[in-house]
Amino acid sequence: MRLSKSWTLTMKEFAVYRRKKYIVFSLLAIPLLLSLIFPLSVLLTTSSNDVPSNVLAGLLENEVTIFIILAALLPAVISSYSIIGEKVEKSLEPLLATPATDGELLLGKSLAAFIPSIGATYAGACVYIAAVDILASGRLGYAPLPDWNSAAVLLLAAPLACLFSVEFSVIISSRVNDIRSAQQLGSLVILPLLAIFLLGQTGTLAPNVYDMLIVSGILLAADVLLSFVLRATFQREEILTKWR
Amino acid sequence: MGSAIEAEGLTKIFGSTTAVQGVTLKVEEGEVFGFLGPNGAGKTTTVRMLCCLISKTSGEASIGGYSIGRRDEQLKIRKIVGILPENVGLYEELTAYRNLDFYGRMFDRSEQQRREEIEKLLKMLGIWEKRNETVGTFSKGMKQKVAIARALLHEPEVIFLDEPTANLDPESARTTRDFILELKKEKRTIFLNTHNLDEAQRVCDRIGVLKTSLIAVGSPDELRASLWGRKTVVHLVRLNDRLVEAVRGLGIRNVEAVGEDKLLIDVQDPDSENPAIVGAIVRAGGEVRFVTELRPTLEDVYLKLVKSGGTAG
Repeated sequence: MRLSKSWTLTMKEFAVYRRKKYIVFSLLAIPLLLSLIFPLSVLLTTSSNDVPSNVLAGLLENEVTIFIILAALLPAVISSYSIIGEKVEKSLEPLLATPATDGELLLGKSLAAFIPSIGATYAGACVYIAAVDILASGRLGYAPLPDWNSAAVLLLAAPLACLFSVEFSVIISSRVNDIRSAQQLGSLVILPLLAIFLLGQTGTLAPNVYDMLIVSGILLAADVLLSFVLRATFQREEILTKWR
Repeated sequence: MGSAIEAEGLTKIFGSTTAVQGVTLKVEEGEVFGFLGPNGAGKTTTVRMLCCLISKTSGEASIGGYSIGRRDEQLKIRKIVGILPENVGLYEELTAYRNLDFYGRMFDRSEQQRREEIEKLLKMLGIWEKRNETVGTFSKGMKQKVAIARALLHEPEVIFLDEPTANLDPESARTTRDFILELKKEKRTIFLNTHNLDEAQRVCDRIGVLKTSLIAVGSPDELRASLWGRKTVVHLVRLNDRLVEAVRGLGIRNVEAVGEDKLLIDVQDPDSENPAIVGAIVRAGGEVRFVTELRPTLEDVYLKLVKSGGTAG
């Protein structure tokens, strides 16, 4: 495996993304909106009530799990372009004719979806943390974020969810012919992850280090499993002759 | 000079469909080999197998001495071949220069090599001034030129061109054809898939006609001769049966009267047979106006081969 080949492909993908307005818009707008809407909604709905500060802090911490979903949602936008876009523009054949292995191409494509997605997720998380600290510190008397729990969400669960989504999107790309279908089907990846968020909202699952280790373990197992499926799917002959 | 491309019984089967059946051929270094065949004949599949883009079902082939069947040699083959696919497949959002630079990197060319090669090729193809414009704004002909530059950027030993002039306007097609002729002068090995018989005739040293299996191989002249033989046309003042019999008297079987003043005669060697034919006609009282040779076009040969299924040459 020559990482330089994969990185060359990744950099080419970034150059293409910069020209795709919907990719740039998705990477900027979705994290920004989520990182502002959620703390604002918590603070506004609790402003008139006599909500104890520990409950308010708990609510704000729970909302951090939204970044697991965000980390999974963004690759559906990007990697569906990454593979299907090449297929639609018929640029896959010359790319596959280069002296790069399937694994190097796959890694380059995956990094190109993973890096901006996780980067945008972290940027959104920074905005969220800043917004929560600014808006809530007056009522709480302290800045609640970041803490170990949010660190577990952002540094463990979110990247694993992002990787899961990248792999899932590439597999979806092998079964559809247009970018929109790939994005719609790819975004289905958030359904199981939405469960994490909803379980957090109902209190069944807490965004603490222990629970996040369990979630991360499940995601890691799923990532490994999908990587085998992906490796079997991403073969140049399949891509050229059978991808429909 | 060795063989740049060798194939022996190369076969590709997709499910229950045989796309390519038992192709055996040799292409020498510096040769321009044309691959003719109707749509679905297996031309692109053959090229994809030779470039290690898809696997073979059976048979063997090698490019530059490397076997397409050996996984450890497939990357080496991809490194020494340049391919121009039927669809140019450029990155429309990137500039011509950035497109080529990307492929140069993928082929492990140094920065200096990339800079020099890109400049040389784009200047040769007449689009150097457009290098910093996005490919999406280019005409089909210009895109084709960028794709040709991409195929040649890493100085490949063998170049595969799949329908290089298809869908181009006459001027762009001519520029592309002239460029192929330039490559031919440089003794580059070129494997040219084409529907354009005139193009094949003009640029190819040898031609293979494919219809799932290879039904004929040879130079354009050899194909014409092997399938049509050579024909002499004797233009007379007036034709009569006595003249036909006089020619048949020379032991020539295929003598055909055409209209009222022409004889169409199959010959093996016109240089030695034509004087005897003219002599026999004159002795029989005929008056010869002039003698010509009837040469079938490559199109005639191709259509005959494809319709009949042909016989391997």
